[in-house]
Amino acid sequence: MRNKQRNTAIVDWPLVLLYFLFVGMGWLNIYAAVYNEEASSIIDASQKYGKQLTWIITAVVIVFILFLVDGKFFNRFAYAIYGFFIFLLVSVLLFGKEVGGARSWFEIGGFSIQPAEFAKIGVALALAKLLSSINVSLDQFKTRITGLTIVGIPAVLILLQNDTGSALVFLAFLLVLYREGMSGILLWLGTGAGVLFTLTLIFGPVYLFIALGIILGIGLYFLRGKKREIRNWVLIVFMGAGFVQSVDYVYQNVLEPHQQSRIDVLLGKKDDPHGAGYNTNQSKIAIGSGGLTGKGYLEGTQTKFDFVPEQSTDFIFCTVGEEWGFLGSFILVALFLTLFWRLIIAAERQRSAFSRIYGYSVACILFFHFAVNISMTIGLAPVIGIPLPFFSYGGSSLWGFTILLFIFIRLDAYRMETFR
Amino acid sequence: MHYNRYASRKYLVIGMMLAICLIILMRLFYLQVIDDSYKLSAENNILRAIPLYPDRGYIYDRDGNLLVSNQPAYDLMVIPREVKPFDTLAFCQELGVNPDEFKKNLRDASKYSRFRPSVVVKELSKETYASIQEQLYRFKGFFVQQRTLREYPQISGANVVGYIGQVPRYILDKSDYYSKGDNIGISGIEKAYEESLRGKQGVKYVIRDVHNRDKGPFEGGRYDTLPQAGEDVVSTISLELQMYGELLMQNKIGSVVAIEPSSGEILAMVSSPGYDPNLLVGRRRSETFAQLQKDSLKPLFDRALLAEYPPGSTFKLLNALIGLQEGVLYPGTRFGCQGGFKYGSLRVGCHEHPSPLDLRKGIASSCNAYFCYTYKSILEKFPNAELGYENWREHISSFGLGDFLNNDLPTGRRGLVPRASFYDNIYGRGSWKAVTNISLAIGQGELLVTPIQMANMTAALANRGWYYTPHIVKSVGGDTLFNQRFKEKIHTTVDSHHYEPVIDGMQMVFEEPTGTAYWFRLPEISQCGKTGTAQNTSGEDHSAFIAFAPRDNPKIAIVVYVENAGWGSSYAAPIASLMMEKFLTDTVSRPWLEERMVNANLIDKKPKEDEE
Ligand SMILES: [Zn+2]
Repeated sequence: MRNKQRNTAIVDWPLVLLYFLFVGMGWLNIYAAVYNEEASSIIDASQKYGKQLTWIITAVVIVFILFLVDGKFFNRFAYAIYGFFIFLLVSVLLFGKEVGGARSWFEIGGFSIQPAEFAKIGVALALAKLLSSINVSLDQFKTRITGLTIVGIPAVLILLQNDTGSALVFLAFLLVLYREGMSGILLWLGTGAGVLFTLTLIFGPVYLFIALGIILGIGLYFLRGKKREIRNWVLIVFMGAGFVQSVDYVYQNVLEPHQQSRIDVLLGKKDDPHGAGYNTNQSKIAIGSGGLTGKGYLEGTQTKFDFVPEQSTDFIFCTVGEEWGFLGSFILVALFLTLFWRLIIAAERQRSAFSRIYGYSVACILFFHFAVNISMTIGLAPVIGIPLPFFSYGGSSLWGFTILLFIFIRLDAYRMETFR
Repeated sequence: MHYNRYASRKYLVIGMMLAICLIILMRLFYLQVIDDSYKLSAENNILRAIPLYPDRGYIYDRDGNLLVSNQPAYDLMVIPREVKPFDTLAFCQELGVNPDEFKKNLRDASKYSRFRPSVVVKELSKETYASIQEQLYRFKGFFVQQRTLREYPQISGANVVGYIGQVPRYILDKSDYYSKGDNIGISGIEKAYEESLRGKQGVKYVIRDVHNRDKGPFEGGRYDTLPQAGEDVVSTISLELQMYGELLMQNKIGSVVAIEPSSGEILAMVSSPGYDPNLLVGRRRSETFAQLQKDSLKPLFDRALLAEYPPGSTFKLLNALIGLQEGVLYPGTRFGCQGGFKYGSLRVGCHEHPSPLDLRKGIASSCNAYFCYTYKSILEKFPNAELGYENWREHISSFGLGDFLNNDLPTGRRGLVPRASFYDNIYGRGSWKAVTNISLAIGQGELLVTPIQMANMTAALANRGWYYTPHIVKSVGGDTLFNQRFKEKIHTTVDSHHYEPVIDGMQMVFEEPTGTAYWFRLPEISQCGKTGTAQNTSGEDHSAFIAFAPRDNPKIAIVVYVENAGWGSSYAAPIASLMMEKFLTDTVSRPWLEERMVNANLIDKKPKEDEE
């Protein structure tokens, strides 16, 4: 009985189907984004959709290779794979090519590869390996630090490449850590930091210091007599003040003027629909003009004339919104939600902690990309330039997401093989 | 097993995902179904931003003469997507452009964007524009856009005002302000004061339909902004003096820098040979630019700021001042000189003159031996040569030598005043002495200075011990206090009372019959100066001269370098004297001298190794 199960792969076909659905829809939309009447053949290799087709085919080849690899490989070599990607991130910093102000690309024979898109896989594997080890639990301080270090190192390296968007993606792992028992306080701290961050940028540090002072006073009044609580309270408020100060410092001294103005526009501090907010505004016009049912495939106008920036990469959702309308957007969001839900179901049914944690990582990374990418096109999040999984044009991101997802499908298919 | 302990948290994770998806859907519903403002019109119109270029600020000289202004120009633009087949050759003939270049530009434009306008032919002449205007309708996809070009009413001071050109790639990548094809200051004042001069671009939003037809302004022009003209900049340059300097320096290689000592304002900055700035405007620009770049005399190289020469004998003044300050020398100190300075087998030659001399006469006759002894005693005051040398070097640095002046000019050189470690590396630590680098006593050896540094040093001499950082701009947009840095006095390490005997010597250079500039004395003006001859390994020596006048309350400090001109008194001194007289009295009392300088042609004396 056991033997029989051992050799049977139980592939989760809904996940595979969703993958091909996304990739196919993505390609159609890239075609639409680049399309104009004079365009030549569909598989014109000089055009983006031609190139994307090449990436898709090679991605399928990669899927087959993943299924040939022994299931234990990923568990056994998790740290080695992680180390390899860290090595790539360091080398791209030293030898990489600078594109649009970010030094994050390798150029190999005419193709550009962005290691940041692959580093997530290494982190997911290493984190799964760490947390699934015997006698390791997130209750231990040491484990928490190790876990955060595993996530933090690549994030910092990518920040050094000047690619803030890709670095922020690593925040997704906080959700994984939470599911695996990291205290919820961290999530609260994260949310609190987010709120402070936004308020600092809107009101400036001075008002926040005053507000924090008042909060400190109120707390001291209510906690009077309780020494320990008072100590913690003072500590928290001072950490908040330090955070406010550093946010202000980063905003004033680290961010470039164009990044500052993007933030200003997003926070409504600056009403400048054709300056810094130009990208978002054009993107909102494109999506908004789609209406309920959209203008029809290839009938979009806003996404045809270079008016939406990066319309085949970071802003690919504009094409969906414009040509397929709210109905199309709804279906897309619903399909993505199905994917996340299915991934979590699959993750929860794993017998091995390694596979479960890896599955959660996949779900959280894909979710972060999805949520931030769509939000930025509709003006809910700043334009930080991360791709929409499986949709956006680009080989590195497509390969990265494909490998990320199919390692899990591979682990899941042989889930009966491993017990622990 | 910690497996089940946190399993319930999956609901929170899924719940959070669901909540965020709902927020996104609500926002999408609002944007796409409820809010109508994003559906610009039934025809799905497209917004197009048309940049409105501001007038670049003018540049004036200190007396209000216009140095740089603007003239209209017409660029032929193309939107590649709209181009219909046309007779390229005929069109190029109309335009007077090379068909191959035209086709290449057209290809580049399509590569940049099929939908956005690009420049195909830059800066059509007014005549071409007038003749092409009526026929343009036959060439679909082309239109003319007006811009302004620079115009230079005076053919003077090209190196001072600088020029503008297309924004280079690396700035485009960094900046939010510029877009492809915009102009930016590349050198001189145009570069240094770019942000004031450029003004602020405006923008006009128009609606175009799918077929790119004009549908009028977007929301009645609510978001349009008018361009803001750039601010006018007033330079410290005196056009009259600058032009006179250029006239005197014609057919010579070298540079003249004059500074008003009481303010640090640069009165003239001549780099010779120069060029006509109008040549770098208009369509012939790239051609002329290439020619100027190839020219073996390097007219684009601003010698006033970038050329590094040995200071020569002018440097003896600093050694005298340091000697006085260190107390190793008194105005009455006499040194003998029998044909030069001798130490062991070392010998620094000197010319024929009475001996022994005191400090004033030493300066007036430029005795080499006198300053070798002085330099030697300055260094030997300290227990070893390294310490003595570093102390000496500190004094030298206080005159602004050996480092950037930190002025408002966009380019410059450090020059060179070596550190003690430099000699340690050559001779070994502790195994060199004052006599090892004794040539520094007379401004030779490793020393290098730029003309602007020398002019500044002269201003410090004229002021008896301090200077203002030299600068080229007096006011920006009417504001004279725009840079506080130029209002701060910088003091040298030599006390002001030590200057008088040295300045006596400088005056004697002009007024004693043995003085090296005696021939250029003027009865009404008390000039103070010092000749120098900068040794040049690859040809005849450079003629150098520094001077200021009048002796009390000096109005002008000047340095003149004439390359390959031999003695300092041959060309540099008379040019300096003529310029000072012109500036102070507005007259030329020595037309014979002026004529000799203007007509002297030294360019043919230069060895022309660059030519085949
Ligand atoms: Zn002598």
